Amino acid sequence: MKAKIKVTLKRGVLDPQGKAIEHALSTLGFGGVDEVRQGKYIEVELEETDEARARAEIEAMCEKLLANTVIENYEIELAR
Amino acid sequence: MKSAVIVFPGSNRERDMVTALHSVFGSAPELVWHGDSTLPDVDLVVLPGGFSYGDYLRCGAIAARSPVIADVVRKAKAGTRVLGVCNGFQILTEIGLLPGALMRNASLRFVCQLVNLRIDNNESAFTRGYRLHDVVRCPVAHGDGNYFADEATLDRLEGEGRVALRYCDERGELTADANPNGSQRNIAGILNETGNVLGLMPHPENFIEPLHGGTDCRRFFEGMAETLEAA
Repeated sequence: MKAKIKVTLKRGVLDPQGKAIEHALSTLGFGGVDEVRQGKYIEVELEETDEARARAEIEAMCEKLLANTVIENYEIELAR
Repeated sequence: MKSAVIVFPGSNRERDMVTALHSVFGSAPELVWHGDSTLPDVDLVVLPGGFSYGDYLRCGAIAARSPVIADVVRKAKAGTRVLGVCNGFQILTEIGLLPGALMRNASLRFVCQLVNLRIDNNESAFTRGYRLHDVVRCPVAHGDGNYFADEATLDRLEGEGRVALRYCDERGELTADANPNGSQRNIAGILNETGNVLGLMPHPENFIEPLHGGTDCRRFFEGMAETLEAA
């Protein structure tokens, strides 16, 4: 089973990289662009075949390492 | 006085720290590899600067899960002094021994310069060598030193006197211009609840000899030596 994990900055946490991207987009002429936020995408291949157990395992990974929950949120998507 | 400096893959300031501790404490600290499961019996544990694990995932994130960390936490909880400088500060927040997080500098640029620090708590073992609100010159060298915590945590840190050091101008004013990385409330270094763990982004170990350009930070180590020897 494959897990796809999105790690994003929480609301209210400044994202200077997102701001720089936003600025570059407007320099390129893309108008109406706002609130650009940069995040991370992580894929994990799991041996576990049970979806509930796989989700619990990935959640533990996120809490312990993949995300810093002081500043980041995470979303998990499982795919066969 | 016994001390230990932990070495992670990618640490690069550990020798500067060893030299500083040796020079002020009179005895060389022990270098401890991150893969060791226990620390020697010491009065001070230092997590040095550098780029442990190439800053992969987040600065300090992988180092914070090293085998030796369990013993760092055990010792910190038992009252042993733990000092984290730069990457060491990032690691301490990733472990959870200190609150908040160090994020990318607001300028998105690596800063390598001298800053002025104001001593906002001179009662800790680390800062006792100074008077309250002394202004101390100290080098910084980092890309991710932008201290972040939520408002409630910042208020608590300030209320409990746990903001030990702040970026300031030459007169001790906390201006935005004096803040090299966008840290909230100009925070450069914080203490844990019991005052035995300090994390700071600046590098005091690099400003203790005349050849460094100044010796403002020598008192930092001398104060620590006096406290730890008296203990």
